[in-house]
Amino acid sequence: MILKYIGLSEINGPLVALEGVSGIGYDEMAEIRLDDGSSRLARVVEVSEDKAVLQVFEGTKGLSLVNTATRFEGKPMELPLSTEMLGRIFSGAGKPIDGLGDVYPEKYADINGRPLNPVSRSYPRNYINTGISSIDALTTLIRGQKLPIFSGSGLSHNKLAVQIVRQARLAEDQGQDFAIVFGAMGVKNDVADYFRRCFEETGSLERVVMFLNMSNDPIIERILTPRCALTCAEYLAYEKNMHILVILTDMTSYAEALREFSSSKGEIPGRKGYPGYLYSDLASLYERAGVVKGSEGSVTQIPILTMPNDDITHPVPDLTGYITEGQIVLDRNLENTGVYPAVSVLPSLSRLMKDGIGEGYTREDHQMCANQLFAAYAKVSDARALASVIGEEELSDSDRAYLKFGSLFEEHFLDQGFDTDRTIGETLDLGWKLLSTLPKNELDRVDDEHLEKFYTPELAAEAFR
Amino acid sequence: MDVIYSINGPVVKVRDTTTFSMLEMVYVGKKRLISEVIGVDSDFTTIQVYEGTTGLMPGEPVVGSGAAMSAVLGPGIISGIFDGIERPLKRLEEITGAFIGDGADVSSLDEQKKYDCRITVSVGDTLSPGQIYCTCPETPAIEHRCMLSPLSEGGEVVWTADGGSYTINDTVVKIKTPSGREEELTLCQRWPIRTPRPSAQRLPISRPLITGQRIVDSVLPVAKGGAAAIPGGFGTGKTMTQHQLAKWCDADIIVYIGCGERGNEMTQVLEEFSELTDPRTGRPLTDRTVLIANTSNMPVAAREASIYTGITLAEYYRDMGYHIAIMADSTSRWAEALREISGRLEEMPAEEGFPAYLPSRISEFYERAGYVRTLGGSEGSVTIIGAVSPQGSDFSEPVTQNTKRFVRCFWALDKSLAYARHYPAINWITSYSEYTEDLEDYYSENVAEDFIAVRQEICNILAQENTLMEIVKLMGTDVLPDDQKLLIETARVIRTGFLQQNAYHKDDTYVPLEKQYLMMQAICRFYELSGKALGAGVSINDILGTGWAEKLIKIKYDIPNDRPEMFGEYKEKMESDFAQLVGRCVK
Repeated sequence: MILKYIGLSEINGPLVALEGVSGIGYDEMAEIRLDDGSSRLARVVEVSEDKAVLQVFEGTKGLSLVNTATRFEGKPMELPLSTEMLGRIFSGAGKPIDGLGDVYPEKYADINGRPLNPVSRSYPRNYINTGISSIDALTTLIRGQKLPIFSGSGLSHNKLAVQIVRQARLAEDQGQDFAIVFGAMGVKNDVADYFRRCFEETGSLERVVMFLNMSNDPIIERILTPRCALTCAEYLAYEKNMHILVILTDMTSYAEALREFSSSKGEIPGRKGYPGYLYSDLASLYERAGVVKGSEGSVTQIPILTMPNDDITHPVPDLTGYITEGQIVLDRNLENTGVYPAVSVLPSLSRLMKDGIGEGYTREDHQMCANQLFAAYAKVSDARALASVIGEEELSDSDRAYLKFGSLFEEHFLDQGFDTDRTIGETLDLGWKLLSTLPKNELDRVDDEHLEKFYTPELAAEAFR
Repeated sequence: MDVIYSINGPVVKVRDTTTFSMLEMVYVGKKRLISEVIGVDSDFTTIQVYEGTTGLMPGEPVVGSGAAMSAVLGPGIISGIFDGIERPLKRLEEITGAFIGDGADVSSLDEQKKYDCRITVSVGDTLSPGQIYCTCPETPAIEHRCMLSPLSEGGEVVWTADGGSYTINDTVVKIKTPSGREEELTLCQRWPIRTPRPSAQRLPISRPLITGQRIVDSVLPVAKGGAAAIPGGFGTGKTMTQHQLAKWCDADIIVYIGCGERGNEMTQVLEEFSELTDPRTGRPLTDRTVLIANTSNMPVAAREASIYTGITLAEYYRDMGYHIAIMADSTSRWAEALREISGRLEEMPAEEGFPAYLPSRISEFYERAGYVRTLGGSEGSVTIIGAVSPQGSDFSEPVTQNTKRFVRCFWALDKSLAYARHYPAINWITSYSEYTEDLEDYYSENVAEDFIAVRQEICNILAQENTLMEIVKLMGTDVLPDDQKLLIETARVIRTGFLQQNAYHKDDTYVPLEKQYLMMQAICRFYELSGKALGAGVSINDILGTGWAEKLIKIKYDIPNDRPEMFGEYKEKMESDFAQLVGRCVK
């Protein structure tokens, strides 16, 4: 017997309350049918003996206390899954919107997922080659990692994401299946179009699953979008043994949707009005990256977020940084000088890099080259600060060498352009060549054996004349 | 029967009942989810659930257990990996697969495994709380000592089993209490996690926790039984530092609490620790490590409990006479769990939404560290090293500030050091350790008479450099007089040659105290000789031309840990080089 409840007892923002109900489970889904025949999805967010509070995904516009009939489904939200999803486009709530009809499901899965047991994880070790020097050499992306891009409005994070999707390949090409799941939360229509067009142009559309929630779609649906995307990714990775790269953009819109929803529920706000559980909530998304023992697939995440006012201490980038395994930070000043991709090297970091590079993965000298590049570039900013005070002429020789190194590094290493795809070998060789422009005794992170092999000032002088 | 009235996230309410007591452990719903009572009033009993509440319905049963949230203590803890409420994750994996399901009913310790027991009491002996009645090898590195629970009143031994193999629930000793009741003692006992285990006496702090990390041991030491905090923004290397300490410190047992952190990090600890050998026992590090893993995506209420579970396990082993170090990574996540639950209870928030009782909870936790004489009469210690993840990297936020008040050792991690890949990124200016004075005697007796003096000299040079850097930042080094240039150069040697330590280098990852001392001494000698040479008219460029600064920086790689005698050769060579330099100048 299916019970339908007629009418509502309260409407507040995206929330509605029903009284006199029974047998309702926490987190259960419900369908609200309006008098005009349209229907909306809702989820139980609070329940007591005779009252249930529901959040309505498509918004409460047009709802009144008397024009609805609510039917509870008795289970949490589930996404129909199938390998047919590759190449398809879905709404933020997982409904097909490309006009090709419903997916014939192989199975259904709860979109909230369940926490992965730490003993069932296997430690991510192998890297993904992106063909972008600043990422491959300095913040290497490892399979099973979650590595966000911290950007700002107007920076070229979308372009970078597209370039990664286009160039990304597995280190050892054993013909394993590699696919992209793309989740867009609150993006503008033309941004979504840009991604779709780029995927089409590069011919990668048939290995992409897209979940699109536009900026004018209901915010509650936005809370579902990353969950749908990750459920799809987990299915393809762990049950179909594919390597999945999940790109989620823009996490800031997601967090704002969460805040809006939380405040309409009347919850006590934490920092900047975000709910106190923002950390746990973001973690329940980001932690769904990984490699599971006994499965050949992996889920790698690149969430993109725009830092409001370029402030890295804003709660969203801050909490994200604490959960993810590193971050790639884009820099406005670099971008303004025409460098693409404008990766700000010093604050960028990949925590899993140390175990996924070196002999057997990339190249044995990778770690040392990266360490020295970081150390040298850190000194560049000191030298620049000093030069801006006392003028370049007054600098010591070593400081001047660093200034020169800095501009060469930005010009040749960082600014590689949208169409250049470098192998890891090319990237590292370039790195050593740049380091060779510095006096030998400045390379204090390199041991003598490697200095012997890679320190080639003559080659460097020739290359950067 | 009591039934659920309402559900909001992990918080469940039961109406009109008097069955439950405060902090009692209860089972909620048909799935019997593990939960704890956190509020009782005449209308409602409030319960927090340690597992996911999806699908739970009002009207489902709530059953009390009659006891507070307790940890099961007995052999089988070491080398295990548990979640925040001491459920073994390996067993959970067998039951629910790679993804953790709800309501899995598992016992904390392996009930089938048999241990080779030796009974250490005989009939007629008097057994008082804390006394050992049975021992068994738990891992090749650790002997487990079963003690009479402090909750018992003690009594006379009336029966003992023969030595042999027993499981944790077998009775091995029976005692008769003064009130005439007979108690059966097994290999395990229960202890409420929120109550500190008692000890006979707190002893003064006198021994360092030796970690093999130069900046810790030599500059900012932590004592056995002390408490230290490692605050740092993301990417500054908190976890890396904790891992290094867990690997190399000279505690007998490590309790590593991954509280609301990344799943991959726990996997890394599991993998790495089973591959590394403990230099003192020759066994894998897992043989002395307990892992509590409640990662950020696991239920938030269990995250709040994980800290208490961890410290209860540590205190239990302390009572056996062991030295324990707890790595809590990260206490901020625990504080956030407090905030999250407090918010669900609609309590009045204090600073930044944290509950007003945050400082008292933090102090209760850190006060459970200590060097004690146990009830059984031996000495043991619990050292707490807590990571703090300040929101927005701002050390003025409530968790960092309150932690600072209750620890005596503060290792502040610095973003700019981490950006320059200077690890460990502990800032030597803003960090402090109040234990230095307590440990002076230990260092001068066990390492070298003048250890403290040499250490002070090193700290002085760093402090002076810090003041000079203000000028250098404005005008560059060229304008400084030679003696100040020398100071800056020496400070550079200390920073890159001594403080910076390479965790991936086979020798540099762990450096014995003696080598640390000799390194400091060599640097001080260099400073002294150079100062004299300057006085004799040698120019700073000639001094730097000798290459000794670079040589001292590479000393950490060039002199292996087991060849301290090489320092003598270095010193002689340095002295003769400088004598030559001065001689040439005088001519």
